[in-house]
Amino acid sequence: MYLTKEEERMMDGEEGYAVKKSMEILVALGDIYGAERLIEVGSVQVAGVSYHNLGDAGLGFLNELAEDGTVKVLTTLNPAGMDLEDWKRLGIDAEFARKQNLVIDAFKKMGILISCTCTPYLIGNLPIYGEHIAWSESSAVTFVNSVIGAKTNREGGPSALAAAFVGKTPYYGLHLDENRVPDTHVQITTELKNLPDWGALGYSIGKRVENKIPYITGITDASLDKLKSFCASVVTYGSKPLFYINGITPGSERHRPPNEMITIEDRDIKEAYESINDDVSIIDLVCVGCPHCSIKEIAEIAELLNNKKISSNTEFWVACSRLMKQMADKRGYTETIERAGGKFACDTCMAVAPLKGRFRSVATTSAKGCYYSRHNGMLTKMGSLEECIEAAVRGRWS
Amino acid sequence: MHRSSGERKMELKGRIISKGVAEGEALTTSQPISFYGGVDPNTSKIIEKGHELQGKEVKGRILVFPNGKGSTVGSYTLYRMKKNGIAPAGIINRECETVVAVGVIISDIPCVDKIDVSKIRTGDQVQIKNGLVTIEE
Repeated sequence: MYLTKEEERMMDGEEGYAVKKSMEILVALGDIYGAERLIEVGSVQVAGVSYHNLGDAGLGFLNELAEDGTVKVLTTLNPAGMDLEDWKRLGIDAEFARKQNLVIDAFKKMGILISCTCTPYLIGNLPIYGEHIAWSESSAVTFVNSVIGAKTNREGGPSALAAAFVGKTPYYGLHLDENRVPDTHVQITTELKNLPDWGALGYSIGKRVENKIPYITGITDASLDKLKSFCASVVTYGSKPLFYINGITPGSERHRPPNEMITIEDRDIKEAYESINDDVSIIDLVCVGCPHCSIKEIAEIAELLNNKKISSNTEFWVACSRLMKQMADKRGYTETIERAGGKFACDTCMAVAPLKGRFRSVATTSAKGCYYSRHNGMLTKMGSLEECIEAAVRGRWS
Repeated sequence: MHRSSGERKMELKGRIISKGVAEGEALTTSQPISFYGGVDPNTSKIIEKGHELQGKEVKGRILVFPNGKGSTVGSYTLYRMKKNGIAPAGIINRECETVVAVGVIISDIPCVDKIDVSKIRTGDQVQIKNGLVTIEE
């Protein structure tokens, strides 16, 4: 890979240890994937924040980088393993909290915004069409590639950090237009009624177009929240972090539907629900906000919970960014939700919090949430917001 | 040390992923390895169910496999093993991918790819010296 004089100096350690290590990572990846050079990035999203996944070694690695590493571009952070302000109420133990705070301190020292959300595009890290960025967090990568038309590969935590310290990423993969061409036509003949239907669609497409870029036709109606949910699901269950929806997402007008075609019918959506749902009726936890809730979703939750009471056998969590909760505070949504017995889980989520062994079952609107909850040993139910709230109030799925 | 004439010595040239010199006994598999969830960072044992190396420790070995797979958190698993003093001495791949590449760089584990891994058998004495792999049976 070609390096400029300045990049060679970084590689030689002139800007310190963090930049040198970062250059080694970027050059190795560039060589592996055949990049000709590095390109500048507009922003970075860093995953690998939960102490649950990092452990002491990961914390040690971050501390080493934080010694002399400062990010060169706008850099935001994925959810942590706990609510940074109110972890006690979510049942997190003190030792975990101490370690998680050390992780956060390291990121702070690097100059990263402690945004702790998987939806950075809702809180001020919003790339523009065609912009090169280096993001981790698969749902956000899929969203900005597909819905916004920015360009990023699916980075891991360390490679995203490396891009932040250098301000550049190797020019390969989804940064190149020739690799952003759809290769399977997915025709939708079923009606998508609510949020989990979009999650089920993501499951169905992800499973069937493994590692391909789908071009989707037959959808005429979408929204931010539906697309956000679909992005999380389709990439979790197997597709590349890029898709096109004819007439809805940018670039769909420039591409023709590929010849290779599959059809998603009512039956496929039904099968997706059957695969995602377990046979369980008692619900220990209801969690909404995977990906993190938008303010509109929080408003809907507040409306549905008004004058209701969550069952004493069930926890109800609203996962969102700190910023979204602050808006909810001002509008009174927080009060309504908490009065009903619900809890806010800011800065964290059901995928990265240490939930293993704490709950036997979970109900959620999210197909991705079900995937990670099963990894945590829980039985899962996916349903509409109305169904989830009913489950929280009754303590059981009906 | 005296060597009998029946011994085989072979040199293979690959691509440097992570610089350095490493020497050890090869542990070889034809199956990809997922470090996150597939290898225990506290014991260095391969724990992926059904993997042909299941139960084997990678500690101190020259670990030879076609490519990595699975979650990018796997890079941290390699780093954890290095810090625990139980990492593989070196890694040889057919085609290195992101998880292993990032893992060996942040952990300073010598790593070479573009090597015909079928030429290396478990138990072979292997040296990695930057891009050069020397094998003695």
